[in-house]
Amino acid sequence: MKRPIAVGMILLGVSILLFFFLNLLLGSVTVPAGAVWKIIWGADAGNEIWQNIVLKSRLPQAVTALVAGAGLAVAGLQMQTVFRNPLAGPSVLGVSSGASLGVAFVVLLSGRLGGVALSRLGYMGEIAMTLSAIVGALAVMLLIVWVAQKVKGNVTLLIIGVMIGYVATAIIGVLKFFSAEEDVRAYVVWGLGSFARVSGGQVATFAIIMAVLLPLSMLLVKTLNLLLLGDGYARNLGLNVKRSRIWVIVCAGVLVAIVTAYCGPISFLGLAVPHLCRGIFRTSDHRVLMPASLLAGSSLALLCNLIARLPGFEGALPVNSVTALIGAPVVAVVLFKHRKEDTGE
Amino acid sequence: MKREETIRLESLAIGYHGKHSVKVVAEGISDSICSGELTCLIGENGAGKSTLLRTLSGFLPPVSGEIDILGKPLKSYRETDLAKVIGVVLTEKNNLQNMTVEELVGMGRSPYTGFWGRLRTEDKEKVAQAIDLVGIGELKDRMVQTLSDGERQKVMIAKALAQETPIIFLDEPTAFLDYPSKVEILNLLHRLSSEESKTIFLSTHDLELALRVADRVWLMTKGGGVQTGSPENLIVDPATGRFYFG
Repeated sequence: MKRPIAVGMILLGVSILLFFFLNLLLGSVTVPAGAVWKIIWGADAGNEIWQNIVLKSRLPQAVTALVAGAGLAVAGLQMQTVFRNPLAGPSVLGVSSGASLGVAFVVLLSGRLGGVALSRLGYMGEIAMTLSAIVGALAVMLLIVWVAQKVKGNVTLLIIGVMIGYVATAIIGVLKFFSAEEDVRAYVVWGLGSFARVSGGQVATFAIIMAVLLPLSMLLVKTLNLLLLGDGYARNLGLNVKRSRIWVIVCAGVLVAIVTAYCGPISFLGLAVPHLCRGIFRTSDHRVLMPASLLAGSSLALLCNLIARLPGFEGALPVNSVTALIGAPVVAVVLFKHRKEDTGE
Repeated sequence: MKREETIRLESLAIGYHGKHSVKVVAEGISDSICSGELTCLIGENGAGKSTLLRTLSGFLPPVSGEIDILGKPLKSYRETDLAKVIGVVLTEKNNLQNMTVEELVGMGRSPYTGFWGRLRTEDKEKVAQAIDLVGIGELKDRMVQTLSDGERQKVMIAKALAQETPIIFLDEPTAFLDYPSKVEILNLLHRLSSEESKTIFLSTHDLELALRVADRVWLMTKGGGVQTGSPENLIVDPATGRFYFG
């Protein structure tokens, strides 16, 4: 690995460790750094409340942000490459809309059809929401894969994905119109996206699933590099373009489906992090961009979660607002800086 | 140098397969192409030059007839094996950013690299040779997005050379280039065919240049199939005259 790339990766790794620790340290309740350190390593910090706050609230949140950020960034990179479109992101194929539709069906219709509002079911309600999001997202993804086998052009597929998103949003609108106010509120809260929703028990499942999926997605680096050249060249260099495109879509789709199911739709990270990494590392090579996006996605998600939870905001800031407010200017600065260097302005 | 037949076409018909119909673009194409030869495919727009190149590259199935590449039917090749036999330079523009010329030429080694696409020492040597042969040594660290059209075309030719295939197809490699660049590219391709014994088959609209550098010329006319011959024969052929000079 070239030296500047190795240095960049190490810096990203260090930033993850730093932000992860700050996520455990900072919040509305002040816990001393020494106590946090002891709690992480399983030692007795002498205060059960601190122990509970760090282990049962802040740690699951930090782990969720860590893996969700990585998943979304990797999925975004895959989508941008396979569609050769810088505006492609995890939401572009309608997969997040599918998750939203799944949740909307369950949350908004539970009260009317089942007689009991899902929002009152507590833990069972959360699991039902997660499962419905996964089913919704995967259903849309299967539809997209089916379409991908029928159409040749990437642009057609992209447009169909966007259309599916619109249809899902329209159906959600209709469902909202006929639903009880309480259910609509529960759905809106889910739609804001949050790393704090995943409870201690669920976070282990979430992290294990992502720990399997993320290394698997790394297996596509050579495929993604070839797809950069365009379908004709990729095919001439021995790639089965149609099959590879489906693999990449399935991989990105499953990542987005799982993250959305656990955290709700998180915008911006999947779109912006790959651009950030291309700007920083100045390469299109996915052998660099994939691990870089994974690390930068985690780092940025941890930073955003930290800001959303800073004393003063008291967890009131939706993470989606923070991801866009913090990330957009950072990405814009990186892109402008490198554009100037390229053109020598 | 002994010339060997590398491509053989037998009663080939090319075109597009619709859902319920087939649109034939050209038919009855029978000829062969040899190693060490530069063959130029000329013809008006819509005559089927690109369709023929795409069919020979394995991108499109032929409507009927046979295509033999190095003595084996084209359809019998697996994708990964064909990648070691045919290299292409296409008209499609890839909006590549943040990739150096050397990295792009290195992509030509993909059929030979492992799962991660990492270049071994011998792959790097082949890339350096390809860059040298095309004469773009001074460009190798430049980002692809900063190249002119002519430079980019040379880089794609170097990529095809790094691919180490006995056959190279080029779809209008001189399009969008100024006259000196056209001459330079065609001379380069002629040199590669004769010195490296490559089979080079390219489509072009530059009749005058094609007749100057080509060993053989294929003329495609709309609905008229393909006429083949040496540049001298074709230039005196009434069909060529009718088509190009009215």
